[in-house]
Amino acid sequence: MTLHLSIFLWLPAALGVLGLFLPGKAARLLAALGALGALGYAITAVVDYDRDQGGLQYVTDRTWISELGIHYKLGLDGLNLFLVLLTTVLFLAAVLWSMRKPIEREQHYWLHMGIGQSAVLGALMAQDLALFVAFFDLMLIPFFFLTAGWSTAENRIPAVMKLVIYTLVGSLLMLVAAIATAVLSKDAAGGELTFVLSDLAQTQLGEGTQNWIFLCFAAAFLVKMPAFPVHGWMPDGYRAMPLPVLAVFSGVLSKVAAYGFLRIVTPLFPDAAVNFQTLMLLIALASILYGSALAFTTTDTRLILGYSSLAQLGFILLGVFALNPQGAQGAILQSVNHGLVVAPAFFLVALASERAGGSEDIRDMGGLAFRAPVMATVFLIVALANLAMPGSANFVGEFFILLGVFKAKLVIACIAFAGVALASVYSLRLFIRVMHNRTGADTDSREMTVRDGLVLVPLILAIVALAFYPQLALQKGEKDVTGAVATAFERSDADEFAKQSASGEGAEDPTQAANAPRPQSGGSGQIVIDPNTGQPVDPNTGQPIDPSTGQPVSPAQEPTP
Amino acid sequence: MTTVLAAAKAPDFDWAALSPFLALLGGAVVVLMLGLFRARFAREQLVPFLSLAAVGAAIGLTIWQWDTRTDLISGALRVDALSQNLNLIILATTAAAILLSWRAVAPRESAHGEYHALLLTSAAGMLVLVGAQNLVTLFIGLELLSIPLYVLCATEMRRATALESGLKYLIIGSAGSAVLLYGLALIYGATGATDFAGIAAAADAEGLADDSLLLGGIALTVVGLAFKCSIAPFHQWTPDVYEGAPTPVTAFMAVATKAAAFGVFLRLFDVALIGSSATWAPFLALLATVTIIVGNVGALGQSSLKRLLAYSSVAQAGYLLAGVVVASQLGVRATVFYLAVYLVMNMAAFAVIVARERETGLGDDLEAMRGIGRDRPLLAWPMTLAMLGLAGVPATAGFIGKFYLIDAAVDGDYAWLGIVIVVGSMISLRYYLRVVTTVWSNDAPAAAVAPSAGTPALAGASQDGPSEFRPGAERHWEVILVAALFGAATLVLGIVPGPLFDLVGEAGSGLGLF
Repeated sequence: MTLHLSIFLWLPAALGVLGLFLPGKAARLLAALGALGALGYAITAVVDYDRDQGGLQYVTDRTWISELGIHYKLGLDGLNLFLVLLTTVLFLAAVLWSMRKPIEREQHYWLHMGIGQSAVLGALMAQDLALFVAFFDLMLIPFFFLTAGWSTAENRIPAVMKLVIYTLVGSLLMLVAAIATAVLSKDAAGGELTFVLSDLAQTQLGEGTQNWIFLCFAAAFLVKMPAFPVHGWMPDGYRAMPLPVLAVFSGVLSKVAAYGFLRIVTPLFPDAAVNFQTLMLLIALASILYGSALAFTTTDTRLILGYSSLAQLGFILLGVFALNPQGAQGAILQSVNHGLVVAPAFFLVALASERAGGSEDIRDMGGLAFRAPVMATVFLIVALANLAMPGSANFVGEFFILLGVFKAKLVIACIAFAGVALASVYSLRLFIRVMHNRTGADTDSREMTVRDGLVLVPLILAIVALAFYPQLALQKGEKDVTGAVATAFERSDADEFAKQSASGEGAEDPTQAANAPRPQSGGSGQIVIDPNTGQPVDPNTGQPIDPSTGQPVSPAQEPTP
Repeated sequence: MTTVLAAAKAPDFDWAALSPFLALLGGAVVVLMLGLFRARFAREQLVPFLSLAAVGAAIGLTIWQWDTRTDLISGALRVDALSQNLNLIILATTAAAILLSWRAVAPRESAHGEYHALLLTSAAGMLVLVGAQNLVTLFIGLELLSIPLYVLCATEMRRATALESGLKYLIIGSAGSAVLLYGLALIYGATGATDFAGIAAAADAEGLADDSLLLGGIALTVVGLAFKCSIAPFHQWTPDVYEGAPTPVTAFMAVATKAAAFGVFLRLFDVALIGSSATWAPFLALLATVTIIVGNVGALGQSSLKRLLAYSSVAQAGYLLAGVVVASQLGVRATVFYLAVYLVMNMAAFAVIVARERETGLGDDLEAMRGIGRDRPLLAWPMTLAMLGLAGVPATAGFIGKFYLIDAAVDGDYAWLGIVIVVGSMISLRYYLRVVTTVWSNDAPAAAVAPSAGTPALAGASQDGPSEFRPGAERHWEVILVAALFGAATLVLGIVPGPLFDLVGEAGSGLGLF
């Protein structure tokens, strides 16, 4: 079956442009149709994607600018498949949620939503470095318009300026880095200038070059995520954005940054990734601790979710820079999980704020659960998923990430475990302060409407479904996700070889581990992941094992970190 | 050069290759005469129409001669891909400027015939400049473009700032010309040749690459050209002159002068002085850095759009200089490409400013843009696209242009200059986005005030001249057309840049670079 990714990619933007020339209601309908069509397309792609074959599928490859060797190359593989699905789900939810209230200059709103979705999809599907950079930069612009035009915050213009300039600072550095990558690869390998990722991966740049290029890319991605020292735009930006816009911004755009690390940085600059591994892990750790600490001290619900995202993205970064298959798989899974959790969380905050006299401060909320049991239940599910309750997909994701880090850097993994505990503190605090406790002064509790439910319940169902079948998102991507970090894994493994064998971790055969962590005859002591359960198992017996000890565990004990 | 000798023996003119230049001069003479008629129709409609026709004819003749590669007038002028490309850019700018001045105040106050004749003469000077391959022609071209511009800046005679602008431009421009002339003299003194190929040959044969006389000449030439391109620290005149000059003239000056000056920059440095590139390239890179920083920082606090665009043009000159620094064919192509997209983006912005000047009476103040997103989509979108394009946002021509320039810089081992360019772009977002947020602001547009309130009549100018435009008067379709056309081009060339790449594809091939 052939799927034309170009249609998929441009559908939302095209319908948005069309809506510009139509009355508001028609534009609204078109926006919904665009988002729905994209979702349908994404589902078809996920179902149709050939897992056994793996690799890039549905590839569109045309020359865009021949003088610069830039191709319009799109493709889906295990790395981006579920992120694309997540994007379409969240955008549809955001579009539907936006329809709850009348919107000024409606056509423009839907236009920017459509362009935003197309740009995010483009960044996720681009298989050409220049195209990726273009989409990555472009996706910020509609959000700039959406915030500047439809925000109700008073300081929206300064806030959105800060957001745009902060994030584009990194992105523009990435532009130079991308051009340097292509030009220097051409100089190193001869031949034509090309930006196609698969061609660039053929040439490894010198280590010094890799290092500065890596730093430029890291700047772009870390700001976008955001990560701890460069998150300065986040509080103001989160406070200023309209909530449906914020839901997709927090749910999707930050994931593109995490995805960028796996798509571009680890395959193209493996040596630099190994060199800066510790630094990046420390940044991730700082994000987790800092984000968690602020999430349970601040009282603004948006910021609680914002700082919790900071912490969660710290986990994802941790997984990426474990530089091994488990970490990478966890990072991708956790990206999907977090997107699915944070978007309904923002919608629920919107509902709660409507019931608390418009305030978004948790001190003005409370006691909402008494007359709104369904809403409270939904909120509870979201909160529990956010704190990575065992049984949720978030738990599996964090487990994978910590497993990966555990193998790479023991000390960092141990500290990161604290982050898991902290997550439960801020998630439960948010839930309790909003839903229980003493009733706030101006609160007027009422159940959520069926219309709200139409948006929220499918998202909740997705969370629950993923909790039962986390391997759903893992299996299809397995091969490509491990491939993304394979080179870096080999390099880091070579560095760590002596240390690992000395500490009795057991030396792994890098090629085997890199190919796929599925049950196969491996050296004793090797830990692999059972793709059916998502749990670590002994490759020889198929028994679940404890990754820290390497000993089999009984099913009753497992799995608690 | 054998061609030079051959031409000297049998001096004949290749009229066909020279025809675009002649069309402009002929047009200038005709409109000058026609402007003397009493009939209002002849002055106000026929004159601009005929000057537009002259520019159209010049464009047609340029395209007719597209594949011509020859030397003209004993090797004084060169017709090659570079000059043809720049001719098109200059002529397109001139056409747009004529459309913008069709119903403007400036030609009414100064007389239509003179105004358009000066505009055409200045454009003719630019054509000479981009083809010049001889120090004498270079200087003649530069003066032919500058002197009409000095006058044009002051054509809104009842506005003090316009006169100030003209005077300032005259004094500083003359100083620049003097410095340039001194530099050219030193280059001639060092090498004993005036034609570019002869200079290169002499410098090569006598090992003059590090000769202090030649380097002194190069330094002074850089300074002289830097005045024309508004490269920091020789840019101080730019904001005042841009702000004071009539807006159509500002638009013409901002784009066409820059294209012509960079054309000669490329030809002089990449042909005549290529032997000393190891010396001047780092120096020019430093100048580019200073220019990018100064331009972008200077634009930050501006509330006058013309001043903002003036500083922005300083910054853009810095970006363009990167293409000269690397002294490669890629660099030439990138520079010409960027000049083309710069034309498109700037013209869109200036056209919107002209339209709002006439409608609101707020002049070129940023407030004139407030809230036009609500009811004037044909002005709001071009302005938005122009600003995003100048900032280098993807899906606009500006992104591709910057991409090309950075590519050329990295390819020429000037990766750090690429980083300087993006650092400049980051700063520039601050002021470009301020314009965009104003355009799409939800606040009501500021109340229109009478134009006379902000622009006091100058003593000495007659009070009973033709009436000024009233705010909210009829909408000028030709201005909106320019805005919409170039706004659309900003977007289209950002998505489908292929044709423009084809156009500039050979720009560097005639210069003997690799």
